[in-house]
Amino acid sequence: MKLVVAIVKPFKLDEVKEALEGVGIQGMSVSEVRGFGRQRGHTEVYRGAEYQVEFLPKTRIEIVVDDDQADDVVKAIVAGARTGSIGDGKVWVVPVEQVVRIRTGEMGVDAL
Amino acid sequence: MNSGDTAFVLISAGLVMFMTPGLALFYGGMVRAKNVLGTVMQSMFALGLVSVLWVLIGYSLAFGPDKGHLIGGLDYLGFAGVGQEPNADLAPTIPHLAYAAFQLMFAVITPALITGAFAERMKFSGYVAFTSLWLLLIYAPLAHWVWAPGGWIRELGALDFAGGTVVHMNSGVAALAAALVIGKRKGFGTQAFVPHNLPLTILGAGILWFGWFGFNAGSALAANGLAASAFIATNTAAASGAVGWALYDALSRRKSTTLGVASGAVAGLVAITPAAGFVGPMASVAIGLAAGLVCAFAVGLKFRLGYDDALDVVGVHLVGGMLGALLIGVFGNAAFNPAGGDGLLAGGGLALLGKQAVAAAATLVFSFVGSFVLLKLVQATVGLRVTAEEEATGLDLAQHAEAGYAFSEGAGGLAPHAGHGAPAAAPAPGPPVRVPQGDSA
Repeated sequence: MKLVVAIVKPFKLDEVKEALEGVGIQGMSVSEVRGFGRQRGHTEVYRGAEYQVEFLPKTRIEIVVDDDQADDVVKAIVAGARTGSIGDGKVWVVPVEQVVRIRTGEMGVDAL
Repeated sequence: MNSGDTAFVLISAGLVMFMTPGLALFYGGMVRAKNVLGTVMQSMFALGLVSVLWVLIGYSLAFGPDKGHLIGGLDYLGFAGVGQEPNADLAPTIPHLAYAAFQLMFAVITPALITGAFAERMKFSGYVAFTSLWLLLIYAPLAHWVWAPGGWIRELGALDFAGGTVVHMNSGVAALAAALVIGKRKGFGTQAFVPHNLPLTILGAGILWFGWFGFNAGSALAANGLAASAFIATNTAAASGAVGWALYDALSRRKSTTLGVASGAVAGLVAITPAAGFVGPMASVAIGLAAGLVCAFAVGLKFRLGYDDALDVVGVHLVGGMLGALLIGVFGNAAFNPAGGDGLLAGGGLALLGKQAVAAAATLVFSFVGSFVLLKLVQATVGLRVTAEEEATGLDLAQHAEAGYAFSEGAGGLAPHAGHGAPAAAPAPGPPVRVPQGDSA
């Protein structure tokens, strides 16, 4: 099993979700995070005082999938999240040792 | 006694009262989220503290029978002798109580204005001590000098319709003293102090603008043409101030900001306050626009000069108030108010401007020195500043044991009530907690 983690622009979340549904994904976890990469931040001005705001709002998506689905999921996220401009985010995949469905106690791939 | 005048002044007093919660939101939105309640409290509590002090002693010091042109006598302690009949010297057509109530609301908001300077680091106890002393020893005498029969600035012939010197320059220069005595917030000049809720600030500015009609038009103390003239001057200057600040933003930063528009409206209102009853609508455009532009520049001075006036009381109230007080000497026109005077442009020469300058200088010196001494006194006794740890935690939790925003349901249970005999270590079943359910029986 794999954990796919993606950091995307918040306004692209709906498109990413639709793309994931298109490859058969039925569940995901989403959280609001802040961060920056090469995009850096932006400038805010309050009564003439300029502040460099480095941490920008981003959306973090986490999905656990079976090994053979991982590539499709990554492709779907990239397709849904890409704008072509700087700050589109990143996707990474890490191995998962165990998953348990709390309601039934099912384990492994059965729990997905 | 005139029932129309009485109704108008009582309603105006209510409008001015509403400015203080408006100020609470205006300031509250500009601080960081951890200090929102501490900041709101410093305005809201003034309604409690000052209202009581005003009835007990403040009104008498300000408007009691004159003693040596400097202070009011103690005849009106506890509002003794302040009754339902008019006081012919103060306001001949309304109950003396209505006049005292109207003046009370001015006395409430003035010390609340100062709190913007020491926002995010003042001890609540220090704020209470300073506000009490300042009301009685700085505000009351100055109000006497400028507005009470026999007060030396009033006798000099200097004009202040609704409080350019007494309210705005007074609070503004006290704010400068406060910023200097209490010192900078940790991180000032290096760290970003970003307003946590500008919509709150905009709403606060709107409430201030609304209440200011009572402040300025109400200062006619009568439901008459002068009140209408002051009303138009007030709205025109607020509007011009908003336009002026937006223009300054647009020219210097290429983007107009909502905080700039809100600040500009307040700056215009501040500047027109002393002048509202002495100038016409065209002068109001000029005064408001000048206030918007000049104050937008002035709020940047704290970074260059190195004093941490957190919410720009100096840049808006001291500078705006002084601008308005002096511009009466330029734009004043007795055609709008026979009790006023002719400034430079109305052919009155420099005489009025000179008197305005004397009143402004006297306010600056008296209030700065007096406020500085009071702040040092409180610093040495009660203390002014929270600890570094409390400042990092935020005033809400450190000073008031509350949080402005509860984003989750939180964890933990009811703390044992020490006062009810429950030992802290082993929470015993305490008295049942009564949760209001909306049932009336």
